Amino acid sequence: MKRRTLLTAAAASALALGAALPAFAQDPVKVGFIYVGPRNDGGWSQHHHESAMEMKEHFGDAVELVEQESVPEGPDAERVMTQMALSGADIIFTTSFGYMDATINVAEKFPDVKFEHATGYKTAENVGVYSARFYEGRAVEGFLAGHMTESDKIGYIGSFPIPEVIRGINASYLHAKKVNPEVEMSVIWLNTWFDPAKEADATQALIDNGVDVVLQHTDSTAPQITAQKAGNVYTFGQAADMAEFAPMPRISSIIDEWAPYYIERVQAVIDGTWESDNTWAGIGDGMVGIGEISSAVPEDIKAEAEALRDSIADGSYHPFTGPINKQDGSAWLAEGEVADDATLVGMNFYIEGLTGEIPQ
Amino acid sequence: MDFGSINIVVLMVASTPILLAALGEMVTEKSGVLNLGVEGMMITGAVCGFIAAVETGSPTLGFLAAALGGATLSMLFGLLTQVFLATQVPAGLALTLVGTGLASLLGQNYQGRTPPRVPDLDIPVLEAIPVLGPILFRHDAIVYLSLLSVIAVWAFLKFTRAGLILRAVGENHAAAHALGYKVKAVRLAAIGFGGAMAGLGGAYISLVRVPQWTDGITAGIGWIALAIVVFASWRAGRVLIGAYLFGGITVLQLNLQAAGARVPVELLSMSPFLATILVLVVISARRHGATNAPAMLGRVFHAS
Repeated sequence: MKRRTLLTAAAASALALGAALPAFAQDPVKVGFIYVGPRNDGGWSQHHHESAMEMKEHFGDAVELVEQESVPEGPDAERVMTQMALSGADIIFTTSFGYMDATINVAEKFPDVKFEHATGYKTAENVGVYSARFYEGRAVEGFLAGHMTESDKIGYIGSFPIPEVIRGINASYLHAKKVNPEVEMSVIWLNTWFDPAKEADATQALIDNGVDVVLQHTDSTAPQITAQKAGNVYTFGQAADMAEFAPMPRISSIIDEWAPYYIERVQAVIDGTWESDNTWAGIGDGMVGIGEISSAVPEDIKAEAEALRDSIADGSYHPFTGPINKQDGSAWLAEGEVADDATLVGMNFYIEGLTGEIPQ
Repeated sequence: MDFGSINIVVLMVASTPILLAALGEMVTEKSGVLNLGVEGMMITGAVCGFIAAVETGSPTLGFLAAALGGATLSMLFGLLTQVFLATQVPAGLALTLVGTGLASLLGQNYQGRTPPRVPDLDIPVLEAIPVLGPILFRHDAIVYLSLLSVIAVWAFLKFTRAGLILRAVGENHAAAHALGYKVKAVRLAAIGFGGAMAGLGGAYISLVRVPQWTDGITAGIGWIALAIVVFASWRAGRVLIGAYLFGGITVLQLNLQAAGARVPVELLSMSPFLATILVLVVISARRHGATNAPAMLGRVFHAS
């Protein structure tokens, strides 16, 4: 009995010593990333992963990177985050909207771990949020869609009916309508971020309904392949450039540029200056990029689209500038009035002219 | 919108993977073996077919590799359940986990690659028939193959001696054994056939329906195929109806959304499942419905 006690004590002190030792050396900062899809989905998750790799390259051995892919938005997410925090992560980036509540819950239990949640709105002492103003890029996409459609019908594959997605739908419809008053937009909701078979079927359904420009807010390249098969349908790259589909059917893209943000935030952890923040950056800050506008687009329209992009970037134009009415005809923005961020963040309505209903 | 020709083509594309996998599983279950690993075999077939098609440039070789891949994986299940007499339900579930992981591993370097296009096989003369032509006679070879296999499986089980033996093994393995039939050999063959068909179904997703490779590309279609077998009460003809019903409503609900139908999206999204459950209830309510299962389904055979 005595010997066992002795052994236990020895083991315990060895453990304590082991735990204490690394503190003498310069500990690498452990950075965790959690992705909703596989890290090679060709879209959203892959782009976070690549940005994380860029960040890792920037810091070299000063940073230890841990990643977890294909984590469902639900109880599993909390388990994965807890596991990561327990394994000694200093900062954890949770990169999908649906992780919001899980992030807040886990952050409460680990006050010393920093959390960064992508595209959410709930913050805490140790939880910061960051998102990009995708709607700025979607305005440019809508502009191109309105010009390029010949059937005057454009389609939009929606994932979940959350403000981020609804903003994108409104922004692209608004700018398509501006250049082409005849344009109609069909929206299909899939309730998933990533399901290539479903995305392909949805694209086909849109094409069957006469749509010849498809915008998407889902993560795979299945819509591009379906459009390629159809031959005369245009699409846009989502989150990543998807350049392998240019010049047809992918005529432009919105690209998420996360790497500079990741580098900045991890640096803050290293310096000990990290504070919870709420970042919402757009084209001007370099967080949203517009991919190459392909040769399928006529030169003059390409130039106009680039001018639109630049005017959004330098702040001289806001994609949501009145007059804009809500779908039911009630006024939202008066002539010249610009939408405020609070409304945009919680946007849960279609603008006038869009048909269909937002699933509640 | 055109409810006529175009949508039926899409319907067939969406239904074919379910049909192939369900048909294979039906034969397996007819021999008295319950293999829940359909999803794993499908995704293994999807990745094997994709790799073979990309590397050789031939979709035909791709589909062959898919069938082979699915059958090979199913032999793991065969080994566990027929040789080591493991319980079938957990062995099947394990097979799904193994298959999903294996496919993910094999497919690592094939993200973003485009497979060779599977050509449509326009049947001469017939494809020129107005309306019916484009609906029925302008598909890729696998669609026709899947329809032919429905007939082949039905005829095999109903009219051939081998089919009779297979059913006998599924209904009473002890009696079949006493008559001198090789119960395990028959079951291994049935398991292999089920694996090959599931593999074909998986490759149809990665080579025709999507077509690309990403992790988790089968997205639960294997589970639907399992349900369709029960739904069809182990009859080939009804498997066809079940697969087309499910695939059809899946596609139709997307079309209704695109056309701006004023039906709640949630209702549309669950409609394929609702319809399947509804028909299941109706069939089960009839006298021979659910009692049609092979009597030895899921039971371990131990020759004494």
